[in-house]
Amino acid sequence: MSNIVIFGATSAIAGACARLWAVQGARFHLVARQAERLEQMRADLLARGAADVEVTVADLADCAGHAALVGTIVRHLTHIDIALIAHGVLPDQAACEASAEETLRQLDINALSVISLLTLLANVMATRGSGTLAVISSVAGDRGRGSNYVYGAAKAAVTAFCDGLRARLFKRGVHVLTVKPGFVDTPMTAGLPLPAPLVASPEKVASDIVAATATRRNTLYTPWFWRGVMAVIRLVPEGLFKRMKL
Amino acid sequence: MSAKRYSWGRYPRYPQTLRPVSWRDEVPVALNDTARAGTTTLPWGNGRSYGDSCLAASDRVLAMGGLRRVMSVDWDAGILRAEAGVTLADILALAIPHGWFLPVTPGTQFVTLGGAVANDVHGKNHHRRGTFGAHIRRFALQRSDSGLHVCDANADPALFSATIGGLGLTGVILWVELQLMPVTSSFLDVVSTRFGDLPEFFVLSEALDEAHEYGVAWIDCLARGRTLGRGIYMAANHADDTRLAAPSKRKLAVPLTPPVSLINGLTLRAFNALYYGRHKEKTRTYVSDHDRFFYPLDGILHWNRIYGPHGFQQYQCVIPTAAAHDGISAILAAIADSGTGSFLAVLKRCGDMPSPGLLSFPMAGTSLALDFPESKANQRLFPRLDAIVREAGGRLYAAKDAHMSGEDFRAAYPTWTDVEALRDPVLLSRFWQRVIRS
Ligand SMILES: Cc1cc2nc3c(=O)[nH]c(=O)nc-3n(C[C@H](O)[C@H](O)[C@H](O)COP(=O)(O)OP(=O)(O)OC[C@H]3O[C@@H](n4cnc5c(N)ncnc54)[C@H](O)[C@@H]3O)c2cc1C
Ligand SMILES: NC(=O)c1ccc[n+]([C@@H]2O[C@H](COP(=O)([O-])OP(=O)(O)OC[C@H]3O[C@@H](n4cnc5c(N)ncnc54)[C@H](OP(=O)(O)O)[C@@H]3O)[C@@H](O)[C@H]2O)c1
Repeated sequence: MSNIVIFGATSAIAGACARLWAVQGARFHLVARQAERLEQMRADLLARGAADVEVTVADLADCAGHAALVGTIVRHLTHIDIALIAHGVLPDQAACEASAEETLRQLDINALSVISLLTLLANVMATRGSGTLAVISSVAGDRGRGSNYVYGAAKAAVTAFCDGLRARLFKRGVHVLTVKPGFVDTPMTAGLPLPAPLVASPEKVASDIVAATATRRNTLYTPWFWRGVMAVIRLVPEGLFKRMKL
Repeated sequence: MSAKRYSWGRYPRYPQTLRPVSWRDEVPVALNDTARAGTTTLPWGNGRSYGDSCLAASDRVLAMGGLRRVMSVDWDAGILRAEAGVTLADILALAIPHGWFLPVTPGTQFVTLGGAVANDVHGKNHHRRGTFGAHIRRFALQRSDSGLHVCDANADPALFSATIGGLGLTGVILWVELQLMPVTSSFLDVVSTRFGDLPEFFVLSEALDEAHEYGVAWIDCLARGRTLGRGIYMAANHADDTRLAAPSKRKLAVPLTPPVSLINGLTLRAFNALYYGRHKEKTRTYVSDHDRFFYPLDGILHWNRIYGPHGFQQYQCVIPTAAAHDGISAILAAIADSGTGSFLAVLKRCGDMPSPGLLSFPMAGTSLALDFPESKANQRLFPRLDAIVREAGGRLYAAKDAHMSGEDFRAAYPTWTDVEALRDPVLLSRFWQRVIRS
């Protein structure tokens, strides 16, 4: 039985992960900002076999509150086996281009809040000498694209932070999994003109995440073919890349 | 997401744009938006209906699959309340380890609770348990004009019976409370018996249905003359071996749609001969897991693609008991004559348990279902079959239909006017538009 905390628990991908862990009898602490939705998740996970579900309502953009939040979680779970960090927002790129304030706000929620939580959780886990930090970054962090670079920059920061954190915590028995989904059919992408054959279901991505957590993978591209796609995209010379519409 | 969806038969070809909902409170918002835009929509479960009853007149549907949370469950009483997008597969996986099973299940587990209610689906135990709707304790219905209704047989009885089998027209079902069925095992003791012709089918089903929870027959619809109606009858009961296992299974998939249909006279003849010929003994008994017994086709994902880009239609009718033998033989003869048809001819006796739903399909009698690759030949054959069904006092199943005439529908389902009176003004399907106007 695992003790699992999920940040951004109401995310479609996180919800699908939680359903899989519930069947295994996990104990949960769920964090998100909509109380009613957390209650709906609680009922669902308990019905599916979760041993215990506690919820905390929090706006994760409020980094000042993170220390107290992590304290609450540790008091409930005693120790954390898995922390899944799933919250995120897809910025309106045009709005970011027009406003430095908006750009920073997007970096706050997609990068800084994640880094803040990771810093606190890393120390909790390192003290105990066990645990897995599973962090949802994105293939978008592999290379900044003209149409979506604010989001890409935030995810790149998260990915690089995780790389370093993994190396640091490895010696302490703590594992860091960086999850890089491609296009996923969730509320975040609803209405976007994505190429249908490349879009995965949140359930597919979740089953990859749950498996990668169990086997302690370092980096998970999900679905798997994104590893190849991104390898190619990274190889395109900058002189050409800047001319492409991506 | 931009993927367009078709109904299961991929005919008629009206690509549907999905507006997904993930939380219950998004449904009234979506209905309001639709009303304000002066247009219509239709709830979309999992698109397992074959024809046009799951296609919106506007080709814009409200996709309910994101509403897949269980709300409460009582494992002592076997009562489960879950959101409308929860699939039957999900329910089985949850319920079996606790000794509970679906009281009624169609031939695929990939349907949603909402879809199962809206078509009031039936299964291999119709002669014992009636339709899915007979096991619904209550449900919540969101309407664009009158808000949220929690309906059961006593509260809001009119809306309750109009919604069961209501084809998604009376409102959006948010959640369903279902009475599960206790079982001693998820495995089945199956008796399969070969029969040589139609009269023998009726004798067998008379004899076997009494003692078995489940009964269904597979018919070789290409056999003619003396062997017309030959097939295999499968009857089963849950075993009493206390094994409660949701088997994990490997799935095959048809990855893409081949340019031409793989179903033609030749492959069909070979398949049917093989299937029947392999059943050497008169009677065989074996133990099957529930997956293989109830959902043989679910093992091949996207099997509907084998019919190629033009898709296919399923023809399913039910003929009342008194006329069943003559009606079914006339239909089989007409099909054999046309040289088309499929390996999926299913014959099933329906019981006389009344359904709570107004537009429910089953009636006491015999139901026949089979698939036809889409082609001009169907336009000649189907009217012939329709005439036989009409004559016999039977009817067709809306969940499978893409062709029946408005006149036939209105005559076979006279209570359609009650459903039309309770229809939510922003909900309209291509099927409904077709059958109440033409
Ligand atoms: C292989 C196979 C075998 C089958 N075997 C059987 C069988 O044995 N017996 C049988 O009865 N049927 C059978 N069917 C048909 C199938 O069970 C029905 O068509 C079922 O209703 C499909 O459910 P769905 O969730 O895919 O809904 P859809 O096909 O997407 O929608 C069906 C109807 O339900 C409505 N609907 C969906 N969700 C909601 C909601 N939340 N609120 C209100 N309305 C809603 C839709 O508007 C539509 O009118 C079979 C289908 C297949 C593919
Ligand atoms: N969908 C994709 O194609 C895709 C691809 C690559 C990576 N990802 C990443 O996958 C993760 C999960 O996203 P998803 O696709 O599952 O989308 P989603 O369902 O929209 O989930 C995003 C979640 O983040 C939460 N959130 C946003 N801001 C928050 C805040 N300030 N405080 C607390 N919670 C906040 C949202 O809560 P509210 O509902 O309250 O806003 C929502 O539950 C994200 O990190 C995303 O960047 C997604």
